[in-house]
This record gives sequence, C-alpha cells and structure tokens, in this order.
Amino acid sequence: MIGLRSITLAVLLGTTAVHAGPEEDRQRFREFYQNRLSSIPLEAHVDGAYAMNAGAREQWLEMEEFPPYEFELDEGQELFEASFADGESLASCFPEGGQGVRQGYPYFDEEAGEVVTLELAINRCREAHGEQPLPYLSGDLAKISAYMAYTSRGNVINVPTPQSEAALAAYESGKQFYYSRRGQLNFACSSCHMQNTGLNLRAEILSASLGHTSHWPVYRLKWEELGTLHKRFQECNSQVGAVPLEAQSEAYRNLEYFLTYMSNGLEINGPGTRK
Amino acid sequence: MNREHAGLDRLIFVFAGWLLATAVWAADEAQLEKGRALAFDRNKGNCLSCHMIAGGELPGNGGPPLIQMKARFPDRQVLRDQIWDSSIRNPQTIMPPYGRHQILSEEELDAVTDYIHSL
Repeated sequence: MIGLRSITLAVLLGTTAVHAGPEEDRQRFREFYQNRLSSIPLEAHVDGAYAMNAGAREQWLEMEEFPPYEFELDEGQELFEASFADGESLASCFPEGGQGVRQGYPYFDEEAGEVVTLELAINRCREAHGEQPLPYLSGDLAKISAYMAYTSRGNVINVPTPQSEAALAAYESGKQFYYSRRGQLNFACSSCHMQNTGLNLRAEILSASLGHTSHWPVYRLKWEELGTLHKRFQECNSQVGAVPLEAQSEAYRNLEYFLTYMSNGLEINGPGTRK
Repeated sequence: MNREHAGLDRLIFVFAGWLLATAVWAADEAQLEKGRALAFDRNKGNCLSCHMIAGGELPGNGGPPLIQMKARFPDRQVLRDQIWDSSIRNPQTIMPPYGRHQILSEEELDAVTDYIHSL
C-alpha cells in the first residue's frame, strides 16, 4: 500500500518535472505569441513594436539607415580594442576574442553560482586587469556592449538551458519577477507585454516579450544616447510606480536570464533604435 | 390675502428655484470638469491610456471604450467600486486599483466616477 503510494507520488513528481522545465516554458511562451499575434512571424519580434505596425516600421527603417547610435558604436569599438594599463585588452577575457559572442549571454556561472550578463563580464574583465568598473546604465559600458552586439548580429540567441539546482533557482526567480505585479499601478511585465501585447497604450504599441533582449543596448530617442537593458528595466519599474532596483542587481540579472532564455532561437540585432 | 403679494411671493419662489437649479447645475458641471481633467491626466486617472473616451485624443485600446456608461452601470456605486479596485471582480484585470493603491483620493475618485458615469 505504502509502496504503491510512493510509486504514484514518484510518477506524479516525474510528470511535473517533465512538464514544468525551462524548455517547456519557452515552447509555451512562443505558442502564446504565435496564437495571440498570429500574423507576425515569431522571428520578427526582435523588432519590437516595429514588427506590429507598417507605418511605424517604415519610419524606423529610415532612421536605421543613418542610425543615431553610429558614433557611440564607433567609440565602443575603440574602447573594446584599447589596451589596459597592463597591456591586455577586453578581447583577452572572452571566447573568440569577444567577436560575435553576444548570443551566449547571460549565462549561469556554476562556479560563482550566479547569472553573468555581458555587461557584468565586461566590468569583471576590467577589474581583473586593474581597471575601474564602468557605470552600468549608459556611456562607455553601453558603447562597448553595443559594439559586441554589433559583431554578433545575425547570430542566434543560445542561452544554455538551466540544469543545476542553482541555475534553475535563478531562472525561476527571473520568471517570478516577470509575472509578479508590482508598483502603485500594479502591473507585472506580463500585464503589458503578454496580456495587452499588440494593443495600444495611448499611441504606443505594446511590444512582445519574445525578442525583448535581442537588440540591446538601445538608442532611445528620449534618452538621446545608448542605454543598457537594465536601464530600461529601471525605467519600466519607475513607470509602474515601483522602486527601481540597482542595475546588475541579482534580481535584474535573473530577469534578464529568464527573458533571454525565452528568446532562444531568435537573432541578435543589437544595437537598436527605439522611440 | 393680498393678491399682489401672492404674485410676488410666487415670483420670488420661482427665482429662488432658478438660482438653486443654476447653482446645482454649475456644481455638477464643475464636478464633471474636475473628473474629466483627472481622467485625462497622465499622472492621475490616465483612463485614455487604455480606454476610448469621447473628446480624448490618441486613446489606447487595451480596455473597452467608455460609452453608454449609465446603461452598463445603472448603479453608480458599482462603477465606483470598479474604479476603486477592479481586481475584486476580475483578478486577471490589468486596470490599476485606483482607490486601493491611493492613485486617486476618495474625493478624486468621486469626481472621476461622476464624469465616467456621465459618458
């Protein structure tokens, strides 16, 4: 009797494990947008709201012909190639000399037991070579990140599936953040970017979360400069009346981990321009 | 009874009534205008971000258009409750809980409710 019960329990647990992993989450995430926005190919969501409106897309494509991030991108390349005081450069810290590697970030560092974003890896490399870390929201770090994204354009996002208990915990924490309501306005990320995706917030179209991380850093016209994904996280949190967290805080890195994993299979197209 | 006096009385009565009606009407108008301003204000009601409202430019479309409100909400209190915290009736709603999270004061909520109810 007890034996039968534990077998039943084991079978039930086994079933749960099979159906609730990150890969199944990703499939369902994709299906959601496929059903909800059936006229838009999933791969097109890397263009955000510009995948949803022909007029806005037209204007955006014209803007991208002489992109406003051009100068910062050039500076990013110079900064990337510059030598540290010890004679090394950023290339020494990354696989492939840091060329075309954006699609593998963020990843879960099993040894350190935490999510490592590209921006964090850049600053850790600087620190390892005796340099000061750069501010995370905009400026030189965003420029370097933009250059590294640029060399990765067209590469397919490929965040390794969380396997270890610690990696799964980080993934789950990011997922929970995404679906949790916060702030005075009581919005979750999913309230706008899943429940109301494709609809208008006043004149703005609410983009899909699929592809949300593909095009960062972004030159936002209202920022008048390149800014990082975590700058946008902070802005989103402020807009819903929540206290923004620190850029590169564990919570934001976990959110980036979840969000980027959802976009596995889509192409890197950063840096991008947004209104 | 003096006939002339009675006529004057009547005239005064009618005039007082007219004054009162005008005052009530003006107060109603002021309340509706206050509600409208709050409903359109991006930092207050910001109803337009999701709802079409007659006279409001570039409305969003996440929520239903705000029309025929008296037919949809015969009881004003039900509409007020909905604005105060719409998640009570629909836990999945995206609409912010204007009263529960004190986005609007109770007084402001009354003005917005009166205005929306008038649509």
